[in-house]
Amino acid sequence: MTQSQEPPPAPRDGGNHDAAPLAHHFDSLKQQYDSAKLGMWVFLITEVLFFSGLFCWYAVFRANHPDVFVDGHHFLETPLGAFNTAVLIFSSLTMALAVRSAQLGRRAPLIGLLSVTLLCGLVFLGVKTAEYRQKWHHRLVPGQARIEYFFSAKRTDGVSAPPAKEFLPEGEGQAQYRQYVRQHLAHAGEEILTEEQLQGRIANLRSFMGIYFTLTGLHALHVIIGMGVIFWILVGAIRGRFGPRRFTAVDLVGLYWHLVDLIWIYLFPLLYLIH
Amino acid sequence: MATTQVEPVPDSYLTDPRGLRSWLVTRDHKRIGLMFLVLISASLALGAVFALLIRTELTLPGGQVVSTGAAYNRLFTLHGAVMIFLFVIPAIPSSFGNFVLPIMLGAKDVAFPRLNLASLYLYVVGMVFFLLVLLLGGIDTGWTFYPPYSTSTATPVVLAVVGAFILGFSSIFTGINFLVTIHTMRPPGMGWFRMPLFLWSLYGTAVIQVLATPVLAITLLLLAVERVLGIGIFDDKLGGDPILFQHFFWFYSHPAVYIMILPAMGIISEVISVFSRKHIFGYDFIAYSSIAIALLGFLVWGHHMFVSGQSPLVAMIFSALTFTVAIPSAIKVFNWLATMYKGSIELTPAMCFALNFIFLFGIGGLTGLFLGALATDLHVHDTAFVVAHFHYTMAGGVLMAFLAGLFYWWPKITGRMYRVGWGQLAALVVLIGFNLTYFPQFIIGARGMPRRFFDYTQLVQPDPDFPMLKPHPEFVYYQIISTVGGFLFVGGLVLVAINLIGSCFGGRKAPANPWGAATLEWQCDSPPPRENFASAPEAGDCYDYDDLEYDEQAQEYVKLP
Repeated sequence: MTQSQEPPPAPRDGGNHDAAPLAHHFDSLKQQYDSAKLGMWVFLITEVLFFSGLFCWYAVFRANHPDVFVDGHHFLETPLGAFNTAVLIFSSLTMALAVRSAQLGRRAPLIGLLSVTLLCGLVFLGVKTAEYRQKWHHRLVPGQARIEYFFSAKRTDGVSAPPAKEFLPEGEGQAQYRQYVRQHLAHAGEEILTEEQLQGRIANLRSFMGIYFTLTGLHALHVIIGMGVIFWILVGAIRGRFGPRRFTAVDLVGLYWHLVDLIWIYLFPLLYLIH
Repeated sequence: MATTQVEPVPDSYLTDPRGLRSWLVTRDHKRIGLMFLVLISASLALGAVFALLIRTELTLPGGQVVSTGAAYNRLFTLHGAVMIFLFVIPAIPSSFGNFVLPIMLGAKDVAFPRLNLASLYLYVVGMVFFLLVLLLGGIDTGWTFYPPYSTSTATPVVLAVVGAFILGFSSIFTGINFLVTIHTMRPPGMGWFRMPLFLWSLYGTAVIQVLATPVLAITLLLLAVERVLGIGIFDDKLGGDPILFQHFFWFYSHPAVYIMILPAMGIISEVISVFSRKHIFGYDFIAYSSIAIALLGFLVWGHHMFVSGQSPLVAMIFSALTFTVAIPSAIKVFNWLATMYKGSIELTPAMCFALNFIFLFGIGGLTGLFLGALATDLHVHDTAFVVAHFHYTMAGGVLMAFLAGLFYWWPKITGRMYRVGWGQLAALVVLIGFNLTYFPQFIIGARGMPRRFFDYTQLVQPDPDFPMLKPHPEFVYYQIISTVGGFLFVGGLVLVAINLIGSCFGGRKAPANPWGAATLEWQCDSPPPRENFASAPEAGDCYDYDDLEYDEQAQEYVKLP
């Protein structure tokens, strides 16, 4: 059994220098490492195609109904989005450095860098939560009436669910909502004159928020999963499980995190920076 | 790393280790493949029950089994969904693929055994979702889940969609595993062009599984989100685009028919060569055609949408591209025929089913050209002609290859020999039953019998509202023939089941190489020991039969010294 072709060179300091255990069905560590790496890349391809469906939906709607996006983007907070972009790009840097630390067997920097990456993920999610809260407050979340119903006492009282199509709140809330849309667009320099125009704007807003929440929601889910696996790696790092001969897991999680980051780099301009 | 065992392993993978728990947490590709085989066969049986109900219903005009169109909608949806998602897609890769792929490579397991087990459990979870749908009364959208109907019907569409989503991940995991295993775990001496052709076809399949299935996943997810939260994606009432769904859906589901048929073609390549006792003809062409089918399959999805209102230019392009897929498929068929030419053909049950495949797939493939051509498609779109076409390719193709594979690898999987004569009889019964079932549907389809109609009273009597539908009382005769054929077909399958299951109880013990095949799986014992090979085998030419000779005494083929 040879281990000579294993990348990078000799260990520097602390941590566990033992080679990764060789699974029974592999012939060499190199074969095991190559398999894992190839498997991860193939998995990332499936992720890209998964999101490509969303981007395709976006492209079709953007081509057919550009007004949806023009109206909709006024309701997003561009500075918050930009801040989040910076945070994620920075986290990609720390992740890349963490992989390097693992390869060099530097345990302390590995733990530190993974922690910073994790923290960046938390900050990102925090900002995202603030944005979502604000949308919720203005009743812009798709299916909000149904979600509220699901968590309210009405469900157990036997009141039937509001239909999926319901978007505007009933009664007084509706007037407030209309007022909000009117004001917000006026603020953005768009004067709405007629009732018909307002109806159109509301319909557009509804479509845009559907796209916004689906895209960012699925991305946020990937951020959460990414943070979960980074946490798992962090625990491993603290226990000294990684070293120059055993860093495959860190490497693969790093790849995943970069992809999550990359998807956001596309989402940010597509949703926030359009005119 | 070669194992150092010297004496032969007494226990096979079936008994080492023992106990239910060892099966449930196993990472052995052979056990996972066998469990897949059992579950997939159970799904086939369930789908066949629905098929017989449909056939009984259609025998005569008016209601036989169901009395309303709504009930019939559920019936054909369940038949389609169970057969497509639970049977045809995973049928060959997950069962035989899992079982023989590592052994053909002389490896001990696939690259990611845990992922493989996860794939099995995802399949089970998806199956549970489908059974829940069944218990809740079924869905009525058709297996394609077209919106806007699927976003408005009261049946549990979300459950079914989530089930299909989960099954999709099962398929992706299998695909990733195969792709990586073939890339990194080939033994020394086995370059890409010395691999068994079954592996080439599994490789092409894996490429499609990895590239197409995520698109289905996101599509189904969006459909569920639309139904639950009312986001306007596909439903025009909510500002969505129903045609977008069709594009997304067929972007997966057309390549998916190659997920189904490619591994089937791989089995046929193996079986034809072994039982003609002749080197496979045109190896490189068969190998390349698998990849060509996998790639071309991505460019033709629009031919499912010729009447959806897409632009004529797009329809023409899709039509032309569709014809190109016929080329690699035909290359394979020609090569199989050339392999048999002047071969020493041995009509074992596996070979009989392989011949069934070539015959039926030939008809299915050629009628596919009728449907790929724009003008004829407009005429036969959504008729029984389409039903007959895809059953000739899916049931006549995939199912026949599945059965060929079953008879071919059964001695290896179970270590028992079945009764050859009964197997040949079953192949004949299936062939006759199959053609009786589906050939009449080409005729009535071309004459205007629509698919998905539970009652055709209106079609056999003059109808002033539809003057173009001339009265065709012979629909009735064709439908009766079709139903009789359907029962005969299923009867043939029951024969197969009795023969094979019966062989486990008192069948002759199978030798290592009963067929004289040269691929590596026949070099290990039947059934194989836990880690397949006591020592790493040497990969030679996997279609060279010259140095194998039948040993009368041992009733198996042995290597000449």
